[in-house]
Amino acid sequence: MKVDRRSFLSLLIGGAAGTALSPLPWKLTDDLSIWTQNWPWTPVPPRGESYYETTTCTLCPGGCGIKVRKIDQRCVKIEGADEHPVNKGGVCILGLSGLQLLYGPTRIRTPLKRVGKRGEGKWEPVSWDQALTRLADKLKEVRAQGAPEKAACLLDSSRGTVGHLFRRLMTVYGSPNFFTMPSVEDAYRAALKLTQGIEARVGFDLENADFVLSFGCGLLDGWGSPVRVFKANSTWKENHATVVQIEPRLSNTAAKADHWLAIKPGSEAELALAMANVIVGRNLYRSEFVDGFCENFQGLKRILALHTPEAAAAATGLAPEVVVKWAVEFARASRPVALYGRGQGRTAAGSLRQCMAVMLLNALVGAVNRAGGMWTVPDYDYIGWEEPELDEVARAGLERPRADGAGSGKYTPASSLVQRLLGSGAGQLPEVLMVARCNPLYSLPENGAVKDNFDKIPFVVSFSSFMDETAANADLVLPEHVYLERLEDVPVTAGLSCPVIGLCQPVTEPRWDTRSLGDVVIALARKIGDSAAAAFQWDDYEACLKETLEDKWDTLEERGFWYDAEFRPPAWEDGEGKFRLAGGKLDEVLQADEIVPAGDPAKFPLILVPYDSIRLAHDYIGDPPFMIKAVGDDVLKGKDVCVQINPATARKFAVSEGSIVQLITPVGKARVRVHLDEAVMPGVLYVPRGLGHTAYDAYLAGKGINVNALIGSLEDPASGFDAAWGIRAKLAKV
Amino acid sequence: MSSQEDKVKTLSETPADCQAGQGSGGGPFIVLFFIIGFVASLVVGWVIFPKVLYSQKSQPFDFNHRLHLEQVDDGCQSCHFFREDGSFAGVPKLEQCIDCHEDVQGESEDEAVFVEQYVAKEREVPWLIYSRQPNCVFFPHAAHIFGAKLECRTCHGDTGTSESLKPYEENRITGYSRDIWGRNIAGFKSNTWDRMKMDDCAQCHETAGIHDSSVQTGRDACFVCHK
Repeated sequence: MKVDRRSFLSLLIGGAAGTALSPLPWKLTDDLSIWTQNWPWTPVPPRGESYYETTTCTLCPGGCGIKVRKIDQRCVKIEGADEHPVNKGGVCILGLSGLQLLYGPTRIRTPLKRVGKRGEGKWEPVSWDQALTRLADKLKEVRAQGAPEKAACLLDSSRGTVGHLFRRLMTVYGSPNFFTMPSVEDAYRAALKLTQGIEARVGFDLENADFVLSFGCGLLDGWGSPVRVFKANSTWKENHATVVQIEPRLSNTAAKADHWLAIKPGSEAELALAMANVIVGRNLYRSEFVDGFCENFQGLKRILALHTPEAAAAATGLAPEVVVKWAVEFARASRPVALYGRGQGRTAAGSLRQCMAVMLLNALVGAVNRAGGMWTVPDYDYIGWEEPELDEVARAGLERPRADGAGSGKYTPASSLVQRLLGSGAGQLPEVLMVARCNPLYSLPENGAVKDNFDKIPFVVSFSSFMDETAANADLVLPEHVYLERLEDVPVTAGLSCPVIGLCQPVTEPRWDTRSLGDVVIALARKIGDSAAAAFQWDDYEACLKETLEDKWDTLEERGFWYDAEFRPPAWEDGEGKFRLAGGKLDEVLQADEIVPAGDPAKFPLILVPYDSIRLAHDYIGDPPFMIKAVGDDVLKGKDVCVQINPATARKFAVSEGSIVQLITPVGKARVRVHLDEAVMPGVLYVPRGLGHTAYDAYLAGKGINVNALIGSLEDPASGFDAAWGIRAKLAKV
Repeated sequence: MSSQEDKVKTLSETPADCQAGQGSGGGPFIVLFFIIGFVASLVVGWVIFPKVLYSQKSQPFDFNHRLHLEQVDDGCQSCHFFREDGSFAGVPKLEQCIDCHEDVQGESEDEAVFVEQYVAKEREVPWLIYSRQPNCVFFPHAAHIFGAKLECRTCHGDTGTSESLKPYEENRITGYSRDIWGRNIAGFKSNTWDRMKMDDCAQCHETAGIHDSSVQTGRDACFVCHK
């Protein structure tokens, strides 16, 4: 027998015939098709019981109610809570992406002690007890020197029990240096104090307004409580209310408004005062309010006399008739309201003069404490703890001036001026700084100077849940739970017209060795001992919260929020409080110089202005991966941030679409990509806030530039607030 | 050698080659090789292939369905229940077992494994599920049990009266259980529960005239199960 080619072919043919008569080919085909439909990398929802748990979102000050969809123990989706008075079922892009913050790779998993140089990223995990002892020892050391004011803490806000616990700790310790991050609410608060002499917050009855005059507020870009304002915008459309957006750039808000007034940046106050001039001059003001409940109308008239429509025309670039037309329309509307707060209003308080000018417009049309107007809403008063007993050292420390100067002398209207301290380096820097729920190294303007000053502080403690820029440059990190893991009260301000307290409740077990910030403060006070320990007698934070909220607790637990739907601001009555229109400090504020961007116009012919986008979170929370994916390539292309330039300006400076240029300002420079856009005014450059992180994860770090490194701060002469809205700039070839 | 001579030689050799081939390796040998190939591939296809295709895995420990069924009042649904929202809970979680199995009951080794390895450590048992459909299939138990009033055994066979768990055979390509295609590699079945492929679903849907899809899409055919 000889095996030849024929035999071989025969074998193959026999094999093929046999295979065809076996299940092999048919089964393999079927299996392969199933395999291709079930790629292992395709995300598949986990199986298990599906249910919802409700809580409150704390990623921005908006205070939305959310429900988290869970499959067994895994959180899989965040939705808006339908019943919630703030967002009524809506949710924003950041709120939706919250699970990536819970499960993402940037979480700090355990307390960390710095072992390398500061900012080098070398850490040693330590136990909670060791970390707290170290911090307490540091604090005791500073106090033993008789200088408790050299310990300071910086929070996002002083609201709620956690804010109050920190403040109480500072008080009993003896330091007046409790700082909060700047916000437009600071300006409103100062304006209320000056006009009505009260400590309260401002709310807006947006839903009932029929004419909205917005001075640069990014109503659809994340201003106030973003979802609530989005919903109010829908109501305005349904009710045919008029929305006038005054802003140099065609933002989303301007694009969706009924009218867009493109004024020169920084001229808002001039325009508001000229409109007030027209309203007064034409007797269009509501005399029942102005004559009945306002003081010093004559004084205001004198100040307004200088602010003619012609003067405003020169400042704003609008025609005088346009100024007159909109002043008249605003005054003739039945429920007009004027709003202040550039962009999202969360970075700086801005110029008090601008805020005051807008508030005066509201007063002239009687929109103060009236339906559809600007309301004064009392501060939340549910935290009624007994005053702590102070020892000698604490009493002496509290007598000393604040390091930022806020609340005294020329800075009387302000309650916290962290920019002065960390940016300008105006006061004495603390020896121990505790930072919670904010990221000053990223989000304060004049970033370079802030970093330099920060480096001079000998001991910095971060309570951040994420390895953000500030935590990365701290000496000790005591990570707190993220919002989905913690129990806490969330008293909402953010321009809400009614008081709402949300309850943030854990929807999942803590993923790592983190703690509730309230518990950390209580434990820290115990470690400090003596009068500090005595002032914190609660078993734990949960006990403190329940005791504090007493009568509201059941409602909070049951519904997830407490809401005073019946709230109405106090009606104006004869003999009651008056609204001051002018005189004293008010005159000083109104006559303060307009804020001019820093830099020599000859060297820096352009002006750089940062802008806010709903798709870019720029506070303590950075953009999660879902959100950064939603940023358009006219904002961020590859790793380059796009600077928006008017085509006319681009021609003048010989740059073209997509070219890479150097953007230079008096405080810094950065590589940017040119994006030509008719939506911005000639001579003005726009760069978004929220990019250029150096910390967090690979999805966020190294993308674009941090505009805060390019802009400086400018002190508002009347209040000390940071009032810089832009800076002089130029473009250069790379 | 010239090229012409070369050609002549080639021509003259060819017929001789053919002769030799016919004489020594043709005829019956060709048939023999055909049969060898045919039989070998049949053996591969019917016997070896199924053995290679499926990997055998054993369950974390054995389980006696019959014993449990005797103890409960509500049949299969005592443990394989529907949740309040109508979704099917599937394989029970520790939570359902823990009432009786907090401590070791009886002397079986499997019971000891369960209590010590899982109950005591609060770990869910990683059961391998014989009847899990691919992820692209939308299968609501409620529609079949409450709507079509099917018996559990129509699809799952006599699992309820089994005394031990059979080995789980995982398809190495798809990662799914062998029970979906069926024990028979040719795909033949004698009982309704022998296979759970699309055709088996379709057969029943066709007979019963089911054309309902979701309320949202209202589409028939593929969309009834592939949403």
